[in-house]
Amino acid sequence: MDHLRLLFVDDEEELVSAVVERLELRGIDGVGATSGDEALHLLREGSFDVVILDVKMPGIGGLEVLRTISRRYPEIKVILMTGHGSAKDNEIGRRLGAVAYLEKPVDLEDLLMTVERAVNGEAGGPDGQ
Amino acid sequence: MTEIMQGSAETRDLMPTADLPEPEAPGREVPESAYRRLRRMVVLATAIVSLLPLVITAVINYVQFHEALQAEAVDPMARLTLNTKRSLELFLSERRSGLTFLVYDRPFAELCDRAALTRVISNLNRSLEVGAFVDLGVIGDDGSQICYSGPFELEGRNYRDQDWFHEVARRGAYTSDIFLGFRNSPHFAIAIKHDRPDGGFYILRATIDAEMLSEQILTAGLQPTDDVFLINRQGIFQSPSRDYGEILGQVPLPVPHYSPSVDIVELEDDTGHTIFMSSAYIHNSPFILVQIKPAREAMGRWFSLRSELLAFLFVSACLILAVILWGSGQLIRRMREADERRAALYHQVEYSNKLASIGRLAAGVAHEINNPLAIINEKAGLLLDLVTVGPETDHQERLVATVDSILRSVQRCKKVTHRLLGFARHMDIQTETIDLENLLREVLGFLEKEAEYRNVSVSFQVEDDLPTAVSDRGRLQQVFLNILNNAFAAVSEGGHIGIELAHEDADHVAVTIADDGVGIPREHLQRIFEPFFTTKAGAGTGLGLSITYGIVKKLGGGCRVESEVGTGTRFTVVLPISREG
Repeated sequence: MDHLRLLFVDDEEELVSAVVERLELRGIDGVGATSGDEALHLLREGSFDVVILDVKMPGIGGLEVLRTISRRYPEIKVILMTGHGSAKDNEIGRRLGAVAYLEKPVDLEDLLMTVERAVNGEAGGPDGQ
Repeated sequence: MTEIMQGSAETRDLMPTADLPEPEAPGREVPESAYRRLRRMVVLATAIVSLLPLVITAVINYVQFHEALQAEAVDPMARLTLNTKRSLELFLSERRSGLTFLVYDRPFAELCDRAALTRVISNLNRSLEVGAFVDLGVIGDDGSQICYSGPFELEGRNYRDQDWFHEVARRGAYTSDIFLGFRNSPHFAIAIKHDRPDGGFYILRATIDAEMLSEQILTAGLQPTDDVFLINRQGIFQSPSRDYGEILGQVPLPVPHYSPSVDIVELEDDTGHTIFMSSAYIHNSPFILVQIKPAREAMGRWFSLRSELLAFLFVSACLILAVILWGSGQLIRRMREADERRAALYHQVEYSNKLASIGRLAAGVAHEINNPLAIINEKAGLLLDLVTVGPETDHQERLVATVDSILRSVQRCKKVTHRLLGFARHMDIQTETIDLENLLREVLGFLEKEAEYRNVSVSFQVEDDLPTAVSDRGRLQQVFLNILNNAFAAVSEGGHIGIELAHEDADHVAVTIADDGVGIPREHLQRIFEPFFTTKAGAGTGLGLSITYGIVKKLGGGCRVESEVGTGTRFTVVLPISREG
């Protein structure tokens, strides 16, 4: 997992900084973004293995970012994250190519497990609750 | 499976609220008295409309029949009385005419000869078919008997002081009352006054056997039930009566008023029997002809007809009333059922709307809380990471414990918000054909330990040929686990839980889980589907049953609950059956 590069996107800056710091403490290369715009910008600048996306964000939303990633960077695995478990979002996400769907608040250990599974090519992950 | 276990943990907390309200319970109940009032009005109105014409017709018939039958009974009686009156009058007039003929035909001197008088009696009796002349006497204007022929020695006797003498002198003719004469048999007298050429007068007086009068009456063609007799104006019998007394006795009936023809009255005699009395005054005599007919005989047909009429009326009225009572009962019952169905439907819709809006609110709140919760979660996690990774400090242990406590609280919050969202959101339902008995036995497997530990017995009752259901296996497990958990919490040690599977209707199967536990108060029954409704503050989220309700609705079924405090609770889940199966 050490060689992986993660991009964590959420509109809550406090959440992003905490997650990035915790990833760093575990020796994982994690980058944070607080909007869809910033995420797309970062994606253009560097390469990532996994993107963790909040569905609901002001401006460019998670699903739109996902659409762009699927089109431009099909090798990047995307994990969606939402504050409300809408089955519709889940379904759309999966159709657009997301590999997993998590409900907030996400436990970091769960997130890392999902990331690992996504990278190993296993579908799913704790999608429900 | 984790999901189910979470659900079970939660419902156990929820238990005090127990089971469900009845979504089908009427929302707005029409008070019992309104139905009773309505029924009274329906019965009254229908009864009046149907019974009134019947009663009116019966009364009209009654009066008409009565009049017709009375006329039928009375008319022949009047005819008979009139005929008898005429024959009696004829009888008397014949005898008067005989005497009148004599006084004009014979000179006074001849009438004063006793032998001649005896011959005259004989000739009179011969000339009239029924003569009946017993004696004949000639009385002078001074009242003394001049000549007499008959069984007594009356010659020389003076009648000047007697009433009848003055009567004849004044009116010229006279018929006496009946008296006991010769050989103590009833007789009456006829007297005729004749003026003499010298200015005086004499009276020819004959005594007639009254037996002849009685015979006249008896030959008139009476019916065996009738009684006919003569009385005088003082109410003394002038001929014997079969039922009312002997000759010359007092008549126990009122003397009829004078009428030129026949008079008929209905009255009660001295023995209390109702009778018809037909009477006629006999012209030129003190006699009144009386004919008596018992009303029972006269109106016999009427009495039987009246009984039939009344019986018919009574039976018809009873039948009509019975039909009205039955019909109105049915009507009101149907109406009430319809009202109750409508109220139940209304209640259900209202309840669904309420749950839906609470669900939307809950989802909104949960979503808003999830974001800060996520931050708290990550910050606390970071704190824990830092404490664990960094150099050892004095408070290391307390810090770790504190952060753990924060993280546990976050987990609790997360559980609540996820349940809330689960209640509100559209669930993915994956239907498959399910053998409900198997499924329930599977679910019971989770509770085996508890049942064993608390000595709770569980029984199964499955109807034959029970169809399979079409439903979501995971959701159904959640639902039944939830309900069974409630049941387990409600029963005390050694309690019993019964599971019944049966047909609900053609398209549904019903799973009933009944316990003999504490039961639910009525006021709680109405509310236990509502999210956050719990009677044990702080111990549960109050979401278990609202989720159960939401799932069952989503699966195309319904829930109902019956409960009585102290007796137990019956929770029924109705599910659609499999079409293919």
